[in-house]
Amino acid sequence: MGKVAAIDFSLMSPEIIDKMAVMEVTTSEVYDIDGYPVEGGIMDPRLGVIDPGMRCKTCGNVFGECPGHFGKITLAKPVLNIYYLKEIKDFLTYTCHECGALLLKNEDLIDYKKGKKVSVPKKCPKCNAKVKEVKFEKPFSFYYGEELLNPEQIREHLERINDEDARALGLEGGRPEWMVLTKIIVPPVTARPSITLETGERSEDDLTHKLVEIVRINKRLKENLDIGTPDYIIEDMWELLQYHVATYLNNELSGVPPARHRSGRALKTLAQRLKSKEGRFRYNLSGKRVNFSARTVVSPDPFIHPNEVGVPEKIAKELTVPIKVTSYNKEFLKKLILNGSDKHPGANYVITPQGIRKKIMESNKEIIAESLQEGDIVERHLMDGDVVLFNRQPSLHRMSIMAHKVKVLPGKTFRLNLVVCPPYNADFDGDEMNLHVPQTAEARAEAEELMLVEKNLRSPRFGGPILGAQQDYVSGAYLLTKDDTVLTKAEVAQLLASIGKEDVELNKESYKGKEVFSFVLPQGLNVRFKSSVGDEVVIENGKLIKGVIDEKAISAFKGKVVDAIDKQYGNKAAVDFLYDVTRLVISYLNMRGFSVSVGDLDIPEEAEKKIQEVIDTYLDKVEQHIKDYKEGKITPTPGKTVEETLEDLIMAEMWNITNEVQKIIKEYAKESEALVMAITGARGNIQNLAYMSGLVGQETIRGKRPFRGYRGRTLSHFKRGDLGAYAHGFVRESFKKGLSPIGFFFEAMKGREGIMDSSLKTRVSGYLERRLVNALQDLRVEKDLSVRDDSGSIVQFVAGEDGIDPAKSDWGELIKE
Amino acid sequence: MMAKKSAKQKNDDSVESLTLPPKYQNLKGKKLKEALERYEKMKYEYGEAVGVVAAQSISEPATQITLRAYHAAGRVQLVTTKGLPRLIEIFDAKKEPKTPSMSIYLEPDYNNAEKAHELASKIKETSLKDVMEYDAIDLTEMVLEIKLDKNKLQNHLLDVTTVRNALSKSMATAEFEVKDDLTIIAKPKAKQYGLKDLQAMRTRLRERHVKGIRGVKQILVEKDGEEWKITTLGSNLKKVLELKGVDKRRTYTNNIFEVAEVLGIEAARNLIIREALNTLREQGVDTDVRHIMLVADIMTQTGVIQPIGRYGVAGSKASVLARANFEETVKHLTKAAYLGEKDTLTSVVENVIIGNAVPVGTGMIKIKYKD
Repeated sequence: MGKVAAIDFSLMSPEIIDKMAVMEVTTSEVYDIDGYPVEGGIMDPRLGVIDPGMRCKTCGNVFGECPGHFGKITLAKPVLNIYYLKEIKDFLTYTCHECGALLLKNEDLIDYKKGKKVSVPKKCPKCNAKVKEVKFEKPFSFYYGEELLNPEQIREHLERINDEDARALGLEGGRPEWMVLTKIIVPPVTARPSITLETGERSEDDLTHKLVEIVRINKRLKENLDIGTPDYIIEDMWELLQYHVATYLNNELSGVPPARHRSGRALKTLAQRLKSKEGRFRYNLSGKRVNFSARTVVSPDPFIHPNEVGVPEKIAKELTVPIKVTSYNKEFLKKLILNGSDKHPGANYVITPQGIRKKIMESNKEIIAESLQEGDIVERHLMDGDVVLFNRQPSLHRMSIMAHKVKVLPGKTFRLNLVVCPPYNADFDGDEMNLHVPQTAEARAEAEELMLVEKNLRSPRFGGPILGAQQDYVSGAYLLTKDDTVLTKAEVAQLLASIGKEDVELNKESYKGKEVFSFVLPQGLNVRFKSSVGDEVVIENGKLIKGVIDEKAISAFKGKVVDAIDKQYGNKAAVDFLYDVTRLVISYLNMRGFSVSVGDLDIPEEAEKKIQEVIDTYLDKVEQHIKDYKEGKITPTPGKTVEETLEDLIMAEMWNITNEVQKIIKEYAKESEALVMAITGARGNIQNLAYMSGLVGQETIRGKRPFRGYRGRTLSHFKRGDLGAYAHGFVRESFKKGLSPIGFFFEAMKGREGIMDSSLKTRVSGYLERRLVNALQDLRVEKDLSVRDDSGSIVQFVAGEDGIDPAKSDWGELIKE
Repeated sequence: MMAKKSAKQKNDDSVESLTLPPKYQNLKGKKLKEALERYEKMKYEYGEAVGVVAAQSISEPATQITLRAYHAAGRVQLVTTKGLPRLIEIFDAKKEPKTPSMSIYLEPDYNNAEKAHELASKIKETSLKDVMEYDAIDLTEMVLEIKLDKNKLQNHLLDVTTVRNALSKSMATAEFEVKDDLTIIAKPKAKQYGLKDLQAMRTRLRERHVKGIRGVKQILVEKDGEEWKITTLGSNLKKVLELKGVDKRRTYTNNIFEVAEVLGIEAARNLIIREALNTLREQGVDTDVRHIMLVADIMTQTGVIQPIGRYGVAGSKASVLARANFEETVKHLTKAAYLGEKDTLTSVVENVIIGNAVPVGTGMIKIKYKD
């Protein structure tokens, strides 16, 4: 088949319509009494086949093969093409009504093309005829002076314009009179198939309905013209024809009531078929559908390599890889065929070079295996080590789809290592993910070389690692590498076994946690950085000397150790390191145990007292501010009213409470797992702890204290005009203690705001992404490092000004200090 | 623009001669060798889809950005648009930002509290109502009497004659006379006028500006380290740069169009980068400058600022199908027919539509199998 080289767009001339059409629609009848399509009707069999088992009267092909053929309707009177009303108006305005000559001078034309308003001379420079103003009235009326122009007259005017003048006004796609339709092309039936309902009733496509309407009114108009009906009746019918043709082209015109189906639903006509998200362009043409894909729930597996994905056997038996039979793999493939399609490493189809597709079944597997020849293609089951693409929506960045190697496992879920959760933004509360099997060697090679998880260690967004440990791994690593962690020889042996390191000689009775951690570090690694906990971490020659391992060391987005290993030993080593650390840590946590309880949130009475003191002091201050305000003693900050200034003052006191309480909690918080999580950055922070064991504090709505609700008060529990802290969202209780009903209500208000915000945000940022991608998608780096678009115009002389790819950079730099 | 410079540097031959970025020019010996090696490894590869990566790098974190501009309570500050709304505003290339703002730095001689405040009062737009005690219509004389407030006048460093001059300059249809230290009499020039005219004049006069720079609504004089700095709400770069004592090099506005007009398109490009980057950084999002540079470059490529979106970059593409695929499908198709356009199927969307490999990345390379 030939390749599409280019697509030309132009107006359609009546002659082209005549050439394209295989028949003319002359009758509004669609089916005869027997249910067969009428010749010359809108479902004429020459227009293509839509029923299986029929043959096309035009091309002789069967259903599915015949692409369909166009028909035509010759209109009794011309009508305007509503897409070109503006252009028609310009032509009528800027050319002479009498002789069709262009009225504009050259300099005016330049202005016209720029979209500026241009004035026309009073008289035609060529024939001296008087020029009158052209007015357009919605929906489709043109007036020349006071006189109403009908489409026939408009067409005659447009015919008088010569080609050169037409081009001068910007029309390059044909003759101006083609903007007034005399013939309508009828789309093939394949573009508007009718559906036969279970009851045997036929239900026609919206376009067919509309076309029938046009044919019907057109025929009536023609008959009336023939018998010489009075003009006003003709005009009415003409206008009706115009209406039908207009809604056929676009059923959402402003000022035109949409044509409706019998049920009252607006018809989906040509424009509606193409438009918007569900239209032909975005839904069908850009939205490609694929085979060889699977989707199921994902679940975690810390003992599977980050480069791998666990695929349920059931899916592995369904998805196939085409393998060409050669002398090297013939025996192997035969074995697979003999396994059949139901036993796991099997095969589903054999395709011969002649293109015959044989399904492998219990009954014929021996025969197929026997007749297998070199050059055949076997569609074998997905097997361990196959490269597949794995994806989670929303695909916000390119790491949302990465290549993994298959590991066929029992069970019904996809299994993935937790280290790859950050790039996918996946968790396991029911998330589903998609899997695609590349079908060609080229695709597989590309996937493995460019898209494999380890090749995507560094995010192109900021040039740091995007793979990394989260949550329990972080707190576990901290607990393991804490100064006072000591493990017995047996325990260490157990831990090392869990990561498959069995060749280490253990010659000490006990090991420090730091030493155990050092086993997974590559030899010779040197890094220094500050941990989240706040101490200095020193790794020298592959040994953790000082400091603890936490968020800063191994987590996604931050991981300094991961980063250092990638830089010094390559991305494979970095991912292997993550794999080792995570298994080591999870095994350690299994051994040690890790749990959180309400008890973790207990604070001593002393702290409780201090909090109360803080609250009392600052609430007193709030009272003082309110008193000052009532006495008119508050001077407004520039640009603000007194009320706003008061609010600022009160909010500042509320901030003080929150900050002070946070300090107290930090000081008094019990050594506990909850605290470990907060300080290591595994989950939560000190503020969260303060909410739970200290107090919730001020609730804010849109960054301000809540004011809405009843007249002059937030809730009916307060006096009108009460400006006090409690009346406007100050919650004194902690989550552990339990919120008062009023506090609970304010908390709910805040929570609701959060939900609304995030749902709005996804919409707004989704649209931003669409626009950005659309504006930038054609840009690419050329061989000379310049950035150009598809037409070759240069956007940047050197990509990113220095040619450094952030995805390969050191946090965006050549050398990060 | 740095890109231009380095393009010139390598003018004569291939990419290999591209030297290290200026930042690392002074490296020597082993370090230089190491840096060059790293640089070679870090370079973009042929076909890299920088556009899509940049778009994703900006919009992926946009989901984490706050939607609303919260401001730290208690501190005196001017509230400007932040977060996602500001980011969208930048890329939409709004003619006027929602909260235009300037940071005005002072020249060394003017760098003290007194001068800074003096300059600030010169900058801030002051209208008559800001310095007036009352205005009353004298029914017997049929004139408008404007009584100025002594304190307010002093605060704004004004006196009665300057106010009078400013008023007569801004309203040519009336005569203004100084009656005493604090009173101005305004009288319409028209021969015949009624009470209604006087009342109308009164309301109009109140808004007339007597001092300062139009558009600068709020002002804040702060000490930024060792330095005095004037922050404003409202922006008028051209007028502010004309003032004596203003450091013309560092004075800054967030109004991109103003910068394009006063300082040129290159400056506007830099401003887009700076504003977008700051907006992201403020929200704790780490995004590489290069991505934002690319967006800024495509927005300013034609010499005028084009918004991202249907009326800008995305709507002015060469390819009909690419435009139709984005927004306003029908409009682009019918327009293409009228203009007799030809789509040569070179961009990404069209190749997706017709089912070919897209011309970016590995799609730009053809592989020939050896049979």
